[in-house]
Parts: sequence; structure tokens; C-alpha cells
Amino acid sequence: MTDPVLSIRNLNIDYIGAEKDFHAVKDVSFDIAPGEFFGLAGESGCGKSTIAFAVSRLHRPPALIRKGSQILVGGRDVLALDDNELRSFRWREVAMVFQSAMNSLNPVLTIETQFYDVLRAHSRISRAEARTRAAELLKLVDISPDRLSSYPHQCSGGMRPRIVIAICLALNPKLLIMDEPTTALDVVVQREILQRIDVLRKELGFSVLFITHDLGLMVQVSDRIGIMLEGELVEVNDAQTIYRTPQHAYTKRLWASMPKLHGEQIREGAQS
Amino acid sequence: MSDAILALDNVSKTFGRGDNPVYAARSVSFGLHAGRTLALVGESGSGKTTAARLIMREYTPDEGQLLFRGTPLGKANAKALKAYRASVQMVFQDPFAALNPTHTIRYHLERPLRLHQPKLNAKERTAAIEELLTRVKLDPALLMPKYPHELSGGQRQRISIARALAVNPQVIVADEPTSMLDVSVRLGILNLLNDMKAQLGLALLYITHDIATARYVAEDIMVMYAGQIVEWGNTESVLTNPQHPYTRLLLSAVPDPDRRFSDTRFSEELNRIEIIRRQSALPQPETREVAKNHFIRPMPE
Repeated sequence: MTDPVLSIRNLNIDYIGAEKDFHAVKDVSFDIAPGEFFGLAGESGCGKSTIAFAVSRLHRPPALIRKGSQILVGGRDVLALDDNELRSFRWREVAMVFQSAMNSLNPVLTIETQFYDVLRAHSRISRAEARTRAAELLKLVDISPDRLSSYPHQCSGGMRPRIVIAICLALNPKLLIMDEPTTALDVVVQREILQRIDVLRKELGFSVLFITHDLGLMVQVSDRIGIMLEGELVEVNDAQTIYRTPQHAYTKRLWASMPKLHGEQIREGAQS
Repeated sequence: MSDAILALDNVSKTFGRGDNPVYAARSVSFGLHAGRTLALVGESGSGKTTAARLIMREYTPDEGQLLFRGTPLGKANAKALKAYRASVQMVFQDPFAALNPTHTIRYHLERPLRLHQPKLNAKERTAAIEELLTRVKLDPALLMPKYPHELSGGQRQRISIARALAVNPQVIVADEPTSMLDVSVRLGILNLLNDMKAQLGLALLYITHDIATARYVAEDIMVMYAGQIVEWGNTESVLTNPQHPYTRLLLSAVPDPDRRFSDTRFSEELNRIEIIRRQSALPQPETREVAKNHFIRPMPE
């Protein structure tokens, strides 16, 4: 097997409190292979977003990564990077699409300027070259290059997350982290976006760390899935196994609490 | 339709004027029946919430009318309107915004009782609040003195339901009541709505974009797009045998672990979606029965 893009070992993260620390991530270890679509599922407060932030070192105090934790991206120790190294690491190695990606564009800058910002900060590039590159990137997500001169509010709710994704792909990152990128969107738009990501990662070869609490969606798009419960990674397996033959009691309970679209309905009162 | 507690009869509502009006409701008709749940599904902007607001009389229809127990509401006097509000209650999407952060749970439940049952004395009111909290499976002694921020999302949504039940309503309109809750909490709220329907004989309008939960709670379903109900009828019939292209599109987009994403040419798919959307937005005046209790408005050729 080739070397993993992301390798997390014994990750422990605490939120430091005045009286008591909150142990948000407990001894979590997993790998993501090149080109792999990895899903991380769990309920609010289970630590999944904390892990996503830690991978790109975006976590802020009071979050504290404990000694002995290890995060390797392409073999490099992320936790040992200094500020300069971090600056070139972000976007170039790991790019992140945040929750409610709709609102993460700057409302007072045109789409073109927002591409230029990222490209300029990470490479020597002229305005004209940046425009050409931005137009290419927009085409990847099925958006017409005319949109470059638009402001975010002129783009629809389905377009904005796609623009954010295009910006994230600007520097060909090895790993794209998506933290509930489509939660606020309806199913048709959500499907458009995720299907696009699925096609792109096969074309461009990046890996995806996808975070959501929608298990059904996750099984549809992911190769492998990790299930988190109260800071622990309780089960990691390929998507079909997680769906058809879940091993952990919590995974089984999660499935038992999801109404089905067709076939036999779950029985009422499958309480957690 | 005649035995419906609440009915919308050919209701239309348009926002904006001039060249680009938004048709939020176009000749919408449906009835809510005691002991039954009707689901209204569709994507954002399809007019689902407009339908709820028309029922709550936050909007007045441009055309058509609301019928409450067969009587048109248009000419109702103040007393009749108060009775209407006591009969028709709403549960909102966001349990974090629906409760006043500066008031206790007790206050939230006491207020509707004071307004609509002024004859109750303090002791009777407390008893009524305790009964309401027990009904939504919360511990009265524990919850009454608490403030909303001390509660989880699921607990807050139960409080919203208890508040709606405080006036002994006959109709509850629930607008995406579980979309902001965790998966494991959702089922508890859906089961609670099911229990209320069965025990109190409520008529429920369940508005959602989550079709799987609609199937779980609703006997009947309506699919809405661009202000029109394009397909409606028995839930199983509509979901297993969808006839309108928009319903099929919506169903194909619902997350379903049984179907992995295919590698179909994506741009072709997008084109297809655009065409269906554009055609579904055109007026579709005809109605065709495609099976027993299953109707569509066929798209114009």
C-alpha cells in the first residue's frame, strides 16, 4: 500500500476549562490513502470538527493538542511546523471547506479577487494569470467564468459552496477537508455538489476528509467511514460494511434511528 | 375534503411585482384531517413555509381562501380569530430561536394558558404545565425553573411542542421540526408527534425536505415546487411510484445508502435537472389521477 496522505496517531485534544478540562478527542488514530474519500460521522459535540481543525492547525485555545499526538500529512509532522511552514502548508497541502460554506466568501470582494488572494499569497502570479487559472477552476465546478466579476450575493446558494470548493482546489491540495459543507442546502443542490467532488477527486487525485452527521449520504459518497462517539473513534470500516454489517453497538443504534426512504420501515421506539 | 378541519381552497400568493414576481403559492388546495399527518416536501424556496404562514395567517392570500371547519376565515370576527389561533398552532424549525432566552420554561408554557384559559387559577395552571411537560416526556420538576440555554436542542423542541399543545389545538403545523437536531434525537421528536396525533386526534401538517422522515410520520404527502403542488396522495404510492419528473428528481437526490454515486456524466445530469426545474416552474393547471388517491399536475408539453 502507498503511503497515506493523512496519518493520525493517538490524537488527544482537550478544551482547557477553568475547573475541569474537556477531553474532546480521545486517542484517535486513522489513515487516509491517496485519492480516498474518508467520512467521519458522529453527533454534535463528538469531536469530529475538532479533528478537522487540528489537521490544518486551525484549532485555537482553549483547544490543546496533548503531547504524544501525531498528525502526518504526506509524511510531514504537522504539529512541528513553524508559522512560515504552516503558511505554505495550508491551501497547498490541505484546504478546508467550512461548515455553511455559503457564508465563507467575503461579501465585499468579487469572486475573482478572492481567487487572486489565495493564488497570490502562495505563488508568484500576475493578475492575468490568476484570472485564467480562476476561470479554469470555476469550469471544474460547472460555473461559467463570467461569474468572476460577480459578488457572492449575486450567486445562488448552490453556486457559493462550489465557488469555495474551486478556491480550495486552486493550489492542488493533497487533502480537502469538508466540515458539513452542505448542511444548510437542500437535497438536490447537495447532491450536485457532492457528485461534483466525487468526480473531481477521481480526476485530480486528491483525498477527502468529509464530516457530516448524515450517515446515509456518507455511505453514498465515502470509501471508508469512521464513527465517532464522545471523542472516541469507535468503528472504522469500508462504507458498505458500516452500512450492511456494522460492528459497534452505537453504529447499529445510529442506523436504527434513521427512517428509511423505501423498503421496510424501522420500528418505532428504537430508542437510543 | 368536506370533513377537513382546516382546508386551503385554491390559495395563491405572489411576492414582488412587475417583471419578476415570485409565485410562492399557486392555486394551492389541501385539507388537514383529524388524526392524520400530511407531509409537505420540496426544496428551499419551493413555497413550503409560505403555505405554513398562510395557515398561520401571517400572510393573507391574494386569491382563494382558508376554510376552518368548512367556514371561510376571510370574514371571521376577532372572537372567531382568537378561537382559530387556539385551534391552530405551530412548531418552528429552530428550537434555539423559538424560545425567549430571558424567560423560564414555566413562563413559556404559562403564557398560552393565561391567554386562552383565563379561568384557571395558579394551582390549576401549574398542574396543567406539569401535565404538558409529562406529555412531551420531560421531567416537570426539573425543567420548569430552567432557561432555554440550559436545555439541549431536543429538549427545546419538546418545549415548543408542549407550548403548542397548551391551548388544546386541533391542528399543528410543524415546519422542519427536526432539521436542526441530531439524527439520534430526531426520531424521539417524530415519535412524539406521532403519539400526539394518535392520542389527541390532532391534524398535523409536517413540512420538511427530508423525505425519509416524511415517510415515517405521514399518511399523505404533497410535493411542492415553485409554489405549485406538483404531485400528492398516499405517501407509499407517491414515493414508490412517483409520476411527476420533479418528484423523481427530488427522490433521486435524497441521500440513500443503497445507491452509491454513479459516474454518470455530470454536466448532462445538471442539464437534465435544469430542464425539469424550468418546466416544473411553469403553470400546470390540469390535475390527473394516476392511481387511487395519487394525483399529479402533468407538465405542459
